[in-house]
Amino acid sequence: MNQPFPITSLETKAVDVDIRNVDLSYGANHVLKGINLHIRPGEFFAFLGPSGCGKTTLLRLIAGFNEADGGEVLVGGRDVAHLPPWKRDVGMVFQSYALWPHMTVKRNVAFGLEERKVPKAEIDRRVAAALELVGLAHLADRRPSQLSGGQQQRVAVARTIAIEPKVLLLDEPLSNLDAKMRVQVRRELRDLQQRLGLTTIFVTHDQEEANTICDRIAVMNDGIVQQVGTPMELYEKPANLFVANFLGTANILPGRVIRVGGERFFDIDGGVRLPIPTHVIVPDEAKLVFRPQHASLGRGGTGDVLLPGTVVHSEFLGSTLRYGVKIGAAEVSIDTPFHSGEALRQPGSAVEIGLSLRSALWLAA
Amino acid sequence: MAGATTAGRARASSTSSGNFKRLLASPGQIALAFGIALFLLLFLVVPVGTVIYVAFTEKGTGEFTLVNFLDFARTDLFIRSFWNSVYVSAMSVVVASVFALPLAYITTRFEFRGAMLIQTLGFLPLIMPPFVGAVAMLLLFGRNGSVNLLLDDWLGIKIPFMEGLNGVIFVQAVHYFPFILINLSAALRNIDRAMEEAAQNLGSSGFRLFRRIVFPLAMPGYIAGASLVFVKVFDDLATPLLLNVKDMLAPQAYLRVTSIGIADPMGYVISVVLICMSILAMWISARAMRGKDYATVQRGGGGLAKRRMRPWESAVAYGAVLLILFLVLAPHLGLLLLSFATVWSFSPLPDAYTLAHYGRVFGESFVYVKNTMIYASIAGLIDVVLGTAIAYLVLRTKLIGREWLDWAATAALAIPGVVLGIGYLRTFYGVQLPDGTPLAALWIMIVLALAIRRLPYALRACYAALQQISVSLEEAAENLGATKLRTIRRIVLPLMGGGILAGFVTSFATAAVELSATLMLVQSNSDAPLAYGLYVFMQSPAGRGPGAALGVIAVLLVAVCTFASHLIIERSQKAKAVGR
Repeated sequence: MNQPFPITSLETKAVDVDIRNVDLSYGANHVLKGINLHIRPGEFFAFLGPSGCGKTTLLRLIAGFNEADGGEVLVGGRDVAHLPPWKRDVGMVFQSYALWPHMTVKRNVAFGLEERKVPKAEIDRRVAAALELVGLAHLADRRPSQLSGGQQQRVAVARTIAIEPKVLLLDEPLSNLDAKMRVQVRRELRDLQQRLGLTTIFVTHDQEEANTICDRIAVMNDGIVQQVGTPMELYEKPANLFVANFLGTANILPGRVIRVGGERFFDIDGGVRLPIPTHVIVPDEAKLVFRPQHASLGRGGTGDVLLPGTVVHSEFLGSTLRYGVKIGAAEVSIDTPFHSGEALRQPGSAVEIGLSLRSALWLAA
Repeated sequence: MAGATTAGRARASSTSSGNFKRLLASPGQIALAFGIALFLLLFLVVPVGTVIYVAFTEKGTGEFTLVNFLDFARTDLFIRSFWNSVYVSAMSVVVASVFALPLAYITTRFEFRGAMLIQTLGFLPLIMPPFVGAVAMLLLFGRNGSVNLLLDDWLGIKIPFMEGLNGVIFVQAVHYFPFILINLSAALRNIDRAMEEAAQNLGSSGFRLFRRIVFPLAMPGYIAGASLVFVKVFDDLATPLLLNVKDMLAPQAYLRVTSIGIADPMGYVISVVLICMSILAMWISARAMRGKDYATVQRGGGGLAKRRMRPWESAVAYGAVLLILFLVLAPHLGLLLLSFATVWSFSPLPDAYTLAHYGRVFGESFVYVKNTMIYASIAGLIDVVLGTAIAYLVLRTKLIGREWLDWAATAALAIPGVVLGIGYLRTFYGVQLPDGTPLAALWIMIVLALAIRRLPYALRACYAALQQISVSLEEAAENLGATKLRTIRRIVLPLMGGGILAGFVTSFATAAVELSATLMLVQSNSDAPLAYGLYVFMQSPAGRGPGAALGVIAVLLVAVCTFASHLIIERSQKAKAVGR
């Protein structure tokens, strides 16, 4: 602590986090299966997945609360896998915030610095700076129980960044906030992370949260990283059915690939056949996947293929109309923009669906 | 009177607008509240009020005076008794903490085999009256008891465990330490794992982590337990008497009233002092706990993190646990030995063994057991009926003044048994039945005193049970056409079942071994409960064998009842869990 610098212009060199072949089981329960991830310096990275997918386990493993059965966790090039939590310099904000009720806000934030034997004056300065950073300097002498959920959350963040950690871990930090606060706080978190340039890992089951604040996302399911990419990549080019389904609404049409002469066709179960464009790579066992907005009722664009279908139900969503349409044996959702005065098509009416094959994907079944 | 006007207004308001909604209550509820109020008034407020009144009035004339308190302050014996009581109570807390702290910490924070067993064994001392253990402890730890005989043989020293006040402290600490163990364990268990992990994440570990995070968070639980121990020891009458320590406050109150007479004001003055000390201790603990509801387990939170111990740690831990368990279970072991012993004096173990004591107890003394079953059952029943009714009135109606019922019933906590006993004697001795027997001489008075003494505990159990039931469950029943009364019978009571049973068992088990109030009220041997019989037996060396046999029976009785109810509660909870 010879060169104290104001936390608001934190210049710690951002470090990367490298997770290599990490495996973890609780008894017969294989929670993490050979995880490999590289989180770049200064990146806002998300672990996204349904509950039980292993994302929180992985986060706690980086913090040192779980020990891997095998593999390495490198923070800034140093293997931390066998260090206890208190020697890792990896700051974690807990889902429940875990503010200590017997200490004031100020004492809570000072705790980590006191444990590090930082000189008193320096502690005061850094606590004030951390609270200033989250806009809570005026509440320093309150008890946690006297704060709102959003304020508690910010104290938890201040407490963690006060120790100037190498990496910031956020365990579902927005889940205890109401919907409106959530939007505000996630912007604040993004803003703070940008200012500090701190490598940050964010665990969430909410794709919207991950999409809006993270640079890259690792989608996890069943202890396996399904795909890593920017939010847009994941949405546009999901690597498998799970990712397609988990991020946004996806229509999935089961069927079979048929070869007739030199051409390939996709037979949708229930008797509809469509041609497969020549340049597209399609596995033999495949499902056709497309987003509701990538199809239209009637021909939408010139490259569209037309599929016969029957309206099953319709919903008015404001700017769009969403139709449930039966194609062959499957039911798909199709969004069309709502034009003033337009009437909903009634269930039972026959329609033609224009599908843009450029936006559609064939994914392994 | 207040109730009558309430009733009138309530009826009027049910037809008028919502302004008077606060007063709404059905006639049945008002009658119920009235009945409870009357019961508490007659058997709690009036007797205690009488004691206070007598303490502040001049004997004979009935004029207000402080002279009695001046006399108290001027009498060396009383002042010495007062400080002895304070000293013994405080030291009992200290020694009880020494027993409870390691047990609570080891069993809740580490992966420790037998943790459940220890937590269960920890309760054992509570189901035996402390004075019963006192006799066994004399034989084990007294000047010529087993331990000192062995120490003398091996090392040539004797430790005065049981000399004078030491004996009282030792016995009380062994008996009451479960209160600290239970509260502290609960507090430790209620600390969310994230609380500790957050500290570790910020660089804290080991003892510093314990001192700065775990201990402060568990503090309210500890204080709750410690203050309870202080009050219990301060009020206890029989243990010092049995150990022949007379210069403590509770024994002095008893001795004044029984030896000098019911008219002597000194007993009443001491009673008032006892009440004040109880209130003071509770006030201090309430103050210490204010705004410190630290139960930090959150939804989705993992509870506490249990750590695996290193080999040397676990060796130390098992050693400490075994030593403590031996100490706290010593009274039971001693009692068991004594009940089978022919002669046990000046030797580490009895000379020979016999079943004669049990024969004698089952022959002539079985009336004590029978009386106890009857008294404790009725007292427990009264408690759960009152407890359920009060909980319902407080939580589910808008009857004004309903909190007063809760407060009055809970106030019984602050009334030492000996004070209640004195109050009953004074209040009901003058009231006579048509045939001339004074009301105070009836056995039902013992039952009522027991019921009042145990009511606060049963009330808390019922209160907690009702609080856990969502109001919407009742509203659903009413919505489907059930009346208030039918809703209570078909929805509320079944759901409260476990809590009510728990309340009953607590009342029953503790009433079965209670002596302080009973000692004042028992008029004849044929009406005496077990605890009284034990007390009588234990006073003479010849009676110790049968006394011990009776004590073993008492312990088994209470243990079996507690265990059975535990099973029933668990089963009903499982059944309910399936329903959810």
